[in-house]
Amino acid sequence: MADLITYRDAVAEGIAREMRRDASVVCLGEDIAEAGGVFKTTTGLLKEFGPERVWDTPISEQAIAGAAMGAAMTGMRPVAEIMFSDFLACCWDYLANEIPKVRYMTGGQVTVPLVVRTANGGGLGFGAQHSQATENWALTVPGLKIAAPATPADVIGMLAAAIRSDDPVVFFEHKALLATKGPPPPPGHVVELGRAAVVREGGDITLVALASTVPLALKAADILAGEGIEAEVVDLRCLVPLDAATVLASLRKTSRLVTVEENPYQGGWGATVVSIVADEGFGLLDAPVRRVAGECVPLPFADALEQQVVPTVDKVVTEVRGLAAY
Amino acid sequence: MDAGALLDRYERMAVIRRTEKAAHDLFLQGLVKGTTHLAAGQEAIAVGASAALRPDDYVFATYRGHHHALARGATPEECLAELMSRATGLCGAKGGSMHLTKAATGMLGSYAIVGAHLPMAVGAAWSARLRGTEQLAVAFFGDGATNIGAFHESLNLAAVWRLPVLFVCENNLYMEYTPIADVTAVPRPAADRAPAHGIPGEVVDGNDVVAVEEAVGRLARRARAGDGPAVLEAETYRHFGHSRADPAAYRPAEEVERWLKHDPLDLARGRLAELGVGAETVAEADERARAVVERAVAAAKAAPPPDPREALTDVWADGGAAWRT
Repeated sequence: MADLITYRDAVAEGIAREMRRDASVVCLGEDIAEAGGVFKTTTGLLKEFGPERVWDTPISEQAIAGAAMGAAMTGMRPVAEIMFSDFLACCWDYLANEIPKVRYMTGGQVTVPLVVRTANGGGLGFGAQHSQATENWALTVPGLKIAAPATPADVIGMLAAAIRSDDPVVFFEHKALLATKGPPPPPGHVVELGRAAVVREGGDITLVALASTVPLALKAADILAGEGIEAEVVDLRCLVPLDAATVLASLRKTSRLVTVEENPYQGGWGATVVSIVADEGFGLLDAPVRRVAGECVPLPFADALEQQVVPTVDKVVTEVRGLAAY
Repeated sequence: MDAGALLDRYERMAVIRRTEKAAHDLFLQGLVKGTTHLAAGQEAIAVGASAALRPDDYVFATYRGHHHALARGATPEECLAELMSRATGLCGAKGGSMHLTKAATGMLGSYAIVGAHLPMAVGAAWSARLRGTEQLAVAFFGDGATNIGAFHESLNLAAVWRLPVLFVCENNLYMEYTPIADVTAVPRPAADRAPAHGIPGEVVDGNDVVAVEEAVGRLARRARAGDGPAVLEAETYRHFGHSRADPAAYRPAEEVERWLKHDPLDLARGRLAELGVGAETVAEADERARAVVERAVAAAKAAPPPDPREALTDVWADGGAAWRT
């Protein structure tokens, strides 16, 4: 087997590739330089690019997001890290009011080419304030692009697209995927934002997944295949731009749909996908749509409790069996 | 400052004063929607600071930012057209009074979430450092902004990175409707906090355009030389209320009278007289300012509204607003 790369190392590799090709790419965040990031996702960047391009910040999320914005408005391409996605709330003004609006309210005068990276999701036992899947927060704000890769190759390819984007991108790296491995992509690998991937083909039901729920959906599909149900798994990769066309195309084959998301059911991205299907794909459906999502509770600490409230393989399998028999 | 330079500053202030008066009148005529936060009385800070800056320096302002936009190169016509929702407005009528921006001249925006732009100025100064341009970034803000977290995060980050950024507080004594002293534990809300972040904090008469220009010039030279950020607290007073709905009845009459007698335009006129500039020369400057603003009002009134299709442009860098494929 060729050398594999972890999702964790792919983050640093993806950033490094862009820093090598573009001197305007700079990094800032808490513990990202000497320490290499609390999740070791920026290991090696300080050594290769030096302290003029890799900056440790104080614990000041507003200053991190605001400074990244100011730098992006004036010629740089900052990659800012907000350590845990829960902490996006500490700088929410920048994500909700400043970064996504400035281009519009200035009549197109200002462009904000920045990436806000953040560690998202549960599964590591960090408790309620370090475990949420918050990509649905960003989904409520017009003007933010949202990327959430599921594989090391996509981490690198989507980071390339995000950093090169002239629009602001919130880049969700899933904590539960950090140790997973995959083949490293070739040099120059770019995954265009807004292109979903059909990661498993099947004719009976469409599972739409994102980030951590992609391997989960694939495991469920394997189990279901043993029962004669062939699930097609769509990895959305991005919530904005949203590749609804790929979802609808899959639905044309399968006539059945389940979304699998880690954020809470209440306001989750699955609701947006399902509403598009209801609007534009109702005639394609042979069964009701279903959403497997997080429960509307804060994330509990104990594994036994967390498994009750996040999507699991069993929950997906159960939901699909029900729909297949509909 | 010589007489010619001071007369230039005076005329710039006169244009701003007349533009603010026009904005007020146009609002009363129903031609300006929403709200306005007029800066009449605070002109010396924008004009003095701008005169001390390089043309390529960056400026970030607040919802009370008409004077900064005008001082940094926006014309009265494009500002008033923006307020009047015309296609020729500074931001194509997508911004309005609180969001006057002219990026081409370094006026990188006025932001209406109190204090939010301070970290942006830090980032612009960081960017200037990274690009080696010796540009400065200036954040103008009100006294009320000194009590939000971003103020302190910004001062600390600018200080620890020794960035070329100036924090200029326009202390007009009121946090919206409330005296700043009632909600702040120190007498100088900006300057007194600066030393806690390792930054010099100075106080200047914000109605004296000469004093402001001198102070900003000195702190700008210091920052460009690599000595880091500074806080300048400019004491001033707004002639109108906080916003258009506010008659400012909460202000003591004696206080209002005292400050109206300390008007930036009067102060500059006094200095001009001391420098031997005749009253007729000053009157000519006033007349030029009057004519500029009168023409601006007429042009803005005559301009068309924006094309409604513009509502769905400019979300993304490609010019569009598409969020799905």
